[in-house]
Amino acid sequence: MNAESKYKKQDFVPDGAVKWCAGCGDFSILAQTQKVLAATGRSPDEFAFISGIGCSSRFPYYVNSYGYHTIHGRALAIATGTKIANPELSVWVAMGDGDGLAIGGNHFLHAVRRNLDMVVILMDNQIYGLTKGQFSPTSIRGQKTKTAPTGTMEDPIDPVALTLGLNGTFVARTTDRSMKQMSEILMRAYEHKGFSMVQILQNCPIFNDGAHDLATAKATRDDHTLVLEHGQKMIFGKDKDKAIVRDGFKPKVVNVADVNEAEILVHDEKDSGLGHFLAQMQGSDYPIPLGVFIERTAPTIDQEYRTSNDAEIERLGKGTLNNLLHQGETWKV
Amino acid sequence: MNDTIKIQELDQVVIRFSGDSGDGMQLTGLQFTGASAVHGNDVVTLPDFPAEIRAPAGTISGISGFQVQFGSKKVNTPGDFPDVLVAMNPAGLLANIKDLKRDGFAIIDRDTFTAANIKKAGYAEEVDPLSPEASLHKKIIAAPITSQTMAALSDFEMDKKSKERCKNFFTLGILFWLYDLSPQYTTDWLKVKFGKKPILAEANIKTMTEGMLYAQNSGFFQSQYRVNSAPTVPGTYRSLTGNEAAGIGLVAAAHLAGLKLFLGSYPITPATTILEEVAKHKNHDVKAIQMEDEIAGICSSIGAAWAGDLAVTTTSGPGVALKGEAMGLAVITEIPLVIVNVQRGGPSTGLPTKTEQSDLLQAMYGRNGESPMPVIAAKSPADCFWQAIEACRLALKYMTPVMLLTDGYLGNGSESFRIPDESELPKLTHTMVSDPEGYFPYNRDPETLARGWVKPGTPGMRNRIGGLEKDALTGAVSHDPDNHDTMVRTRQKKIDNIANDIPDLEVLQSKDGNEVLVIGWGSTYGSIRNRVAKYQKQGKPVSHAHFTHISPFPKNTLEVLRKYKKLVVAEMNLGQLSKLLAAEFPVEVIPLTKIQGRPFTEEEIELVVDTLL
Ligand code: SF4
Repeated sequence: MNAESKYKKQDFVPDGAVKWCAGCGDFSILAQTQKVLAATGRSPDEFAFISGIGCSSRFPYYVNSYGYHTIHGRALAIATGTKIANPELSVWVAMGDGDGLAIGGNHFLHAVRRNLDMVVILMDNQIYGLTKGQFSPTSIRGQKTKTAPTGTMEDPIDPVALTLGLNGTFVARTTDRSMKQMSEILMRAYEHKGFSMVQILQNCPIFNDGAHDLATAKATRDDHTLVLEHGQKMIFGKDKDKAIVRDGFKPKVVNVADVNEAEILVHDEKDSGLGHFLAQMQGSDYPIPLGVFIERTAPTIDQEYRTSNDAEIERLGKGTLNNLLHQGETWKV
Repeated sequence: MNDTIKIQELDQVVIRFSGDSGDGMQLTGLQFTGASAVHGNDVVTLPDFPAEIRAPAGTISGISGFQVQFGSKKVNTPGDFPDVLVAMNPAGLLANIKDLKRDGFAIIDRDTFTAANIKKAGYAEEVDPLSPEASLHKKIIAAPITSQTMAALSDFEMDKKSKERCKNFFTLGILFWLYDLSPQYTTDWLKVKFGKKPILAEANIKTMTEGMLYAQNSGFFQSQYRVNSAPTVPGTYRSLTGNEAAGIGLVAAAHLAGLKLFLGSYPITPATTILEEVAKHKNHDVKAIQMEDEIAGICSSIGAAWAGDLAVTTTSGPGVALKGEAMGLAVITEIPLVIVNVQRGGPSTGLPTKTEQSDLLQAMYGRNGESPMPVIAAKSPADCFWQAIEACRLALKYMTPVMLLTDGYLGNGSESFRIPDESELPKLTHTMVSDPEGYFPYNRDPETLARGWVKPGTPGMRNRIGGLEKDALTGAVSHDPDNHDTMVRTRQKKIDNIANDIPDLEVLQSKDGNEVLVIGWGSTYGSIRNRVAKYQKQGKPVSHAHFTHISPFPKNTLEVLRKYKKLVVAEMNLGQLSKLLAAEFPVEVIPLTKIQGRPFTEEEIELVVDTLL
């Protein structure tokens, strides 16, 4: 973070109204993002925001930088071309759970695998908002929606577990109500060299109100979330009385009082084994982990293209039109 | 030595090589082609790959073919029917004997005609493939190619398999002697190819030399033939397939425009070799990216075009179907993009390794909404180079996606390509702007109607565009009905105006009247041109016009069409250009169609045109 950034949040706010429903969780995500962008100290001209289709995909219109609102599910494929064409840009992709994980699921897999250097904000409201209330790939089993009147019959995707399974290099989760954590994570995602996947649990008051209440409501959040902090013990609960320990290959929730302190797990963002282990914390037996699961360094494909082209230019000399045309076997007539 | 052998001159010859996938027929064909081209002949080739990569050896489905026509004048096509058939096994003979010309001959490897192989090829029981009935009374030269190869290499320290693999060079030797061609081209090639394993170079050279001697002394041939060099434009030449030419054209276009080339693609037959060609040129700072699917192929290119690269995606028909929505995004956000469709037989998976021109209407209309884009088509393998550049020129100048149509026949076929001087290449302009003064995303150039191209990262030009309809000036999202009407008409007008910026439709005009105009587009060029040229030599009133630009049509199209009494449109589909012409112009056309996965023969054109004379 650049303490003396010459930019203010306002520099990233364009003219024109924001057209989300009142109370939509996307507002706070937008505001935190704009603050973080200002804090980076980089000119608004150097950011490229790309999105697909959906409520959250309006995001690029609301950030005063370069923006491309594209087609359903394809934001990551488009961003891949943008980043490889111009690695200097800071590329951000805004996507929803349906856009990113259903119609765009294939691109998601490959973007993670390639470790493209970009920030992906996955606004997860567990519902299709723009088409007015159909279940999404993150909707919980049994959720009643217009297209599942008796409840869905599918298990949801956990985006964190999915990204970890693909060896993602920066994987984090936060909520639309955790302002401080969200902005810290977004700044770290920006600074990370590689594919930064930030899942933000987002409330859709219109079609899926309260879906994330356990994790976000004042009354419940402390007992139902585990804040992951590098080097810190995994202790949670209103009274800091619960903890995570290892039970074979699974995490287990225990009372702090019942265990030896040394048994309580300590979070380590560099330990990918631990990341996978924590990703198993899905469902009602566990608190919802929030924070950075993993951060590790690995080559990014945009730089790999740059380096391999430079190596070929070094090896063969810079290609000219003339040697392009005259390559291979030629003869004179 | 047989001194009674004479040399006869011929204008052109067609040879078809045929054998198992493992027999090296493509290589043999290419070597013969190279030697003939260096000799100065005009050459056009067409490989015919089996549909399965590893079809059972010895069967007809495993046959790999390669046809070359070489001549002392422009040959234009790989030829309809072979004068010489080389069959390295019984399946090769059985599959091709019916195509061999009556006065032609087949050269076969007698050693492979064992009972087991004959059966595998699918001959009926107790049929002798070499009998006059089975060989349709055509002349067969049954040379013991395998055993002669083994004998030639008896002193070489190589295993039996490696020796056997040299047999195609024995065949090549026979052909070099027969057509009085120098083996130097192949000798040089072998020395480079096997630089690290000189024994293989020597073995193949020895086999080839023995093949030449065998042809001379075996008594099979009473004469040698010579095809004189063709009067071509002097210059430096190289041989290119259409896909190589397209790939090189794209890289060249980036140089001409002063931009970086980005190719986002996905493997699909028969287009993949364009991606492979472009990927070779990393030292030109091209980015050739194999994406996860067809949609990602075009989308990555759109993202790169938005970022300021010259962006291209390459595919075949099924891939175009998948890319439809993204093409619409390129249309509405008006960014430059080239889509190359190397057409194949459809619908669905259809005939991946066979050729067809059935994606023309898809290219014109295969997107949702009013979604116009320029459509152009290459007419020969070498022309793929020129049309790749033309597609880039239009895309950059008019800020539009452009569809370039080629097909499997052009993509895999090859011909001699005269390497142009840099001064012969067009300059490519683009609309990149960086001055914020008075800038709006949809400000248009009054003449081309193209909007300015702004790279993200450009200081002070921030803007946001997208697939929703936009305000005609600011580019802000607009649902206003009148604005939408304006934008739809403007996008169409921009494409229509390109008619002012493309060459007129040219006609190979008959001196003997305006009875029939044969019209074609794309890869039918060679067969139509050859047949029409013959009509004109015979004093018949038949002319030929060929479309390169189809959307928009050249400005003089109606003027040309009106002059002729009968318009015949020859194409490898059910009449797609016929439909477009009839819809656009007040004319009546006679469709001449063929959908067999193979190009037109001259005879097929004759069958229709003769009835109109
Ligand atoms: S429908 Fe839901 S997600 Fe969409 S803008 Fe409204 S509140 Fe937000």
